[in-house]
Amino acid sequence: MKLITAIIREVQLDKVRQALIEAEIKRITVSRVSGHGQQRIEELHRGQIIIPDLIPKIKIEIAVNDAFVDITVNTILKAAKTNGSGGTVGDGKIFIVPLEECIRIRTGERGSSAI
Amino acid sequence: MKWKRNLVLLILLTCGVTGLNAAEGTPVDTGATAWMLTSTALVLLMIPGLAMFYGGLVRSKNVLGTIMHSYVAMGIISVLWIIVGYSMCFGGNILGGWFGWNPDYFFLKGIDTNILDAGVPEYVFSMFQGKFAIITPALIAGAFAERVSFKAYCFFIAIWGLLVYNPLCHWVWASDGFLFNLGAKGAIDFAGGTVVHISAGVSGLVAAIFLGSRRGYPYQVIRPNNLVITMLGAGLLWVGWFGFNAGSSISSGLSTAQALTATQVAAAAGALTWVIIESFHQGKATALGFASGILAGLVAVTPAAGVVQPYGALILGIISSLGCYMVIQAKNRIGYDDSLDAFGIHGVGGIIGALFLTFFIRPSWMAEAAAAAGGKWTVWNQLGVQALAVGVAVVFAAVMTFIILYLLNKVMKFRANEDDEMAGLDRTYHGERGYGMLNPS
Repeated sequence: MKLITAIIREVQLDKVRQALIEAEIKRITVSRVSGHGQQRIEELHRGQIIIPDLIPKIKIEIAVNDAFVDITVNTILKAAKTNGSGGTVGDGKIFIVPLEECIRIRTGERGSSAI
Repeated sequence: MKWKRNLVLLILLTCGVTGLNAAEGTPVDTGATAWMLTSTALVLLMIPGLAMFYGGLVRSKNVLGTIMHSYVAMGIISVLWIIVGYSMCFGGNILGGWFGWNPDYFFLKGIDTNILDAGVPEYVFSMFQGKFAIITPALIAGAFAERVSFKAYCFFIAIWGLLVYNPLCHWVWASDGFLFNLGAKGAIDFAGGTVVHISAGVSGLVAAIFLGSRRGYPYQVIRPNNLVITMLGAGLLWVGWFGFNAGSSISSGLSTAQALTATQVAAAAGALTWVIIESFHQGKATALGFASGILAGLVAVTPAAGVVQPYGALILGIISSLGCYMVIQAKNRIGYDDSLDAFGIHGVGGIIGALFLTFFIRPSWMAEAAAAAGGKWTVWNQLGVQALAVGVAVVFAAVMTFIILYLLNKVMKFRANEDDEMAGLDRTYHGERGYGMLNPS
């Protein structure tokens, strides 16, 4: 089991979510986060350009069985990339970590079947 | 409106004076002027109200863009109004009565010291009417929310105001407008059922179909970002509507009181009806439903406020909510994307109000109409007049809006491109975010 965490652009969320649903990955957690990487954005305030220190992003967390890691990652890669297939600074990152245990609260099931 | 014109008519008959404006010696009626100043401010308050009502219903990435659709109308239409708008609406017939013109009204330069026969300075009347011209195109924006280019929208409302609102306003409210003089005592549109709500609603429907649905509609759930500001906006609209309807008497007296009462009753009846329908249909009484019912009731009573008694206003509110609710249900089945139901509420409510008011006209009005017609004037005669006025407004607004959109779209893309629409209007066209506080930044 793996925990896949993807940090993506806010505006790509709908597209990524739809792609995941089409790939039969339907159990996800989404949160609003802020952070900074290489990307810079500009906003306007009374005629002045301001560069926010922290840029809003979306974090998607998906716990999957090993067999689904590749399809999940590929789906996100494809849907979260902007500018055709060129990609732009700020498209985000995907992290994958091993998942020690997974427990369904309702039944107490553990492991792969609980995912 | 009608009261002022009747007064003019009376003076014309008795003194043989010609022209709309009294001599400069007319004293100011301070009571009427004070109420008209208040009404003018109240109608302006409806525009921030509308901005909040619409702003809360869209997704958070479009909240500022949607609010700006209302606010920018305050800028564009106000400027156009003092330059040519007032003249086109309330000047004398030109070009066969398509619209009006009066060189004195150009830049309002000739009305500096005018006092209307109602005892109200003409500046006040002009500014009061200007607010109606502002809110009408702002209403349309609800039909194509979340997907239009800001620049194209600005050009659209400017052109629409000049070519759709001004002629309609002239026909219905100017003393020589052809709908004003239809039948025995004219088509009844006390405060803008045809001019404001039907024209905006129908134009919105045409624009929504012309532009196509928002991306993701209807299979993706598009939820309101903040129903709290929507409710606040609905409240401000209700308050502002007292200026809209009761102010349309252009006086401060009996007819003002009649309009004010009808307005309150219809709004309340509409809101209650909506939540009752919802409770039976869906099992819950929603806040948005209550707000929608308020609007349905207010829209329906707008043309009627001057002629119906409280029981009539009550029934109009009920019928309007029923009708609007059914049309919105049908919209969800048919699938056109009138995003914030500009047609579903303003178009449908306006048509229901303009037609059904006929059955609740107070007897004194019918008696006057009968006298004017030379003996006999029935409900069915008046219904014919109302239907014709509605038909004219529907056809004119639909055809003109289509032509404007078609031509404008050749010059500049009216619809936002995919990336801009996905990123949201706020970032794309305004470089801002509505809710900075949702994220630490």
